[in-house]
Amino acid sequence: MELHWLTVKEAGELLSRGELGWRELFLGLRERIDRVDPRVRAYISLAGDDAISPPGGKGSLSGIPLAVKDNICTKGLETTCASKILKGFRPPYDATVIERLKTAGCVLLGKTNLDEFAMGSSTENSGLFTTHNPWDLGRVPGGSSGGSAAAVAAGECLAALGSDTGGSIRQPAAFCGVVGLKPTYGRVSRYGLVAFASSLDQIGPICRTVEDAALIMEVISGYDPKDSTSAPYPPLNAHELLSKEVKGMVVGLPREYYGEGLDPQVREAVMEGVRVLEGLGCRVEEVSLPHTPYAVATYYLVATAEASSNLARYDGVRYGLRAVGYEDLYEMYVKTRSQGFGEEVKRRIMLGTYALSAGYYDAYYLKAQRVRTLIRGDFERVFETCEALVTPTSPTPAFRIGERVQDPLTMYLSDIYTISANLAGIPAISIPCGFTQEGLPVGLQIMGRAFDEATILSLGHAYQGVTDWHKKTPPL
Amino acid sequence: MEKISRSEVLHVARLARLEFTPQEVEEFTHQLNRIIEYMDQLKELDTEGVEPTFHALAQTNVMRDDQAKPSLSQEEALANAPDRDERGFFRVPRIIQG
Repeated sequence: MELHWLTVKEAGELLSRGELGWRELFLGLRERIDRVDPRVRAYISLAGDDAISPPGGKGSLSGIPLAVKDNICTKGLETTCASKILKGFRPPYDATVIERLKTAGCVLLGKTNLDEFAMGSSTENSGLFTTHNPWDLGRVPGGSSGGSAAAVAAGECLAALGSDTGGSIRQPAAFCGVVGLKPTYGRVSRYGLVAFASSLDQIGPICRTVEDAALIMEVISGYDPKDSTSAPYPPLNAHELLSKEVKGMVVGLPREYYGEGLDPQVREAVMEGVRVLEGLGCRVEEVSLPHTPYAVATYYLVATAEASSNLARYDGVRYGLRAVGYEDLYEMYVKTRSQGFGEEVKRRIMLGTYALSAGYYDAYYLKAQRVRTLIRGDFERVFETCEALVTPTSPTPAFRIGERVQDPLTMYLSDIYTISANLAGIPAISIPCGFTQEGLPVGLQIMGRAFDEATILSLGHAYQGVTDWHKKTPPL
Repeated sequence: MEKISRSEVLHVARLARLEFTPQEVEEFTHQLNRIIEYMDQLKELDTEGVEPTFHALAQTNVMRDDQAKPSLSQEEALANAPDRDERGFFRVPRIIQG
């Protein structure tokens, strides 16, 4: 038995029956990391030996080794956001999700790579290094949670946490052939998640099966008084998340997601997935989300405006980098920020500052927030008749490292199918649904109504019950 | 015509507390213009009378009682500071002359 290919569910059962020791599992994964991570480069840092202490908790996650994206605060363990400006930052507290995972008995393996401050779609914007796609080391793992997705795909952890502002969990999950869930906005506490765009950010699981996603959601979801935007609901129940009747469900295919720019091989794999859902008894209907063509522009105005405000806190006073050789406070700020932030982060701060500045606020920021209402309205209309929407997660499979770095706009357009769910606040999951001829994974996205994770997870779980794409492993 | 001029880029950079080399200013001016040009497609849409969505889900202010609770010690709060003094303060350049 290869320990590193176990699902969370399988490992949990072995652990609870005493057929596997948590220490054996942990060390098995550390060994796997030592073997493959020099090629994949998923991890920024590994938890120290003090992580090896008998885990508490009695639930299904007790003793399960997990990886965490390096923009989620871990007490005493360096949290960098893959930025030079936060190098050496050791948070004095745990994010709420970390606290809950620790209480449940999870063992933290380490922190995974990302595009700096989660701004990017490939990990090439990491201020530290680029992660490689385990299916083809010459390609990107997607982003921004590329380290987490690559770690799961390469067997370097059983599951991981990511964060999703415009697709940052789902797109890398699709590129790496694993499952990635962005929960409804407010479902999971953002306390301790380093803020990028506060009205869009959401933490979620990346794992091999939809069932594992449900098990992790059971632990990390639910109201948190420390996050005033967290929704006033109790934690979800994994069994309920997976057990909705799929037969007779009405599933919409929004035609705007199947048009120009969609790679034919991706389309084919997704349509095959749709036929599988039909075989499970779903009723498939074509629908329209007419404002979809405006989503990318809306997103990049809203997200950058919020980011420019959130990133004002990196001033060289309380934590992180402070530049040397300044005359006064203004110069200290300018030099610290200019040396500490990478190019894409600066580009987004500039765009966001411009969109919020006097004379442009109405034309760009406010305009985008009004269009956001129209985009939400599209979803409200189709969800009157459909229970879920099925689309490709990304228009293409993983692209080559270096292929898009020179062209920020093309990079932004790779998020075209994922950002609307963030703008509307609804839950969405990416599930492996096939491979291209080159052997690159393809992801199928299911979007659902706000706070109805149960429908999309039940659909995904039923789909994985009759397919085996999620059981394929890369030749590393 | 370029929508954002070089001097506007410099103005925004100042607002954002960032500085760039002349070559970077050129690049940013070009890139931001291309991006803003793309954003301008939103102008095709009539949003007269459409309320803006600042949060996807209805948000209300959340209040709590003003009760003292355990929090970070001074030492913990200062542990990541790039510069601090021995009395337990963050140290920054002088901002009031005199």
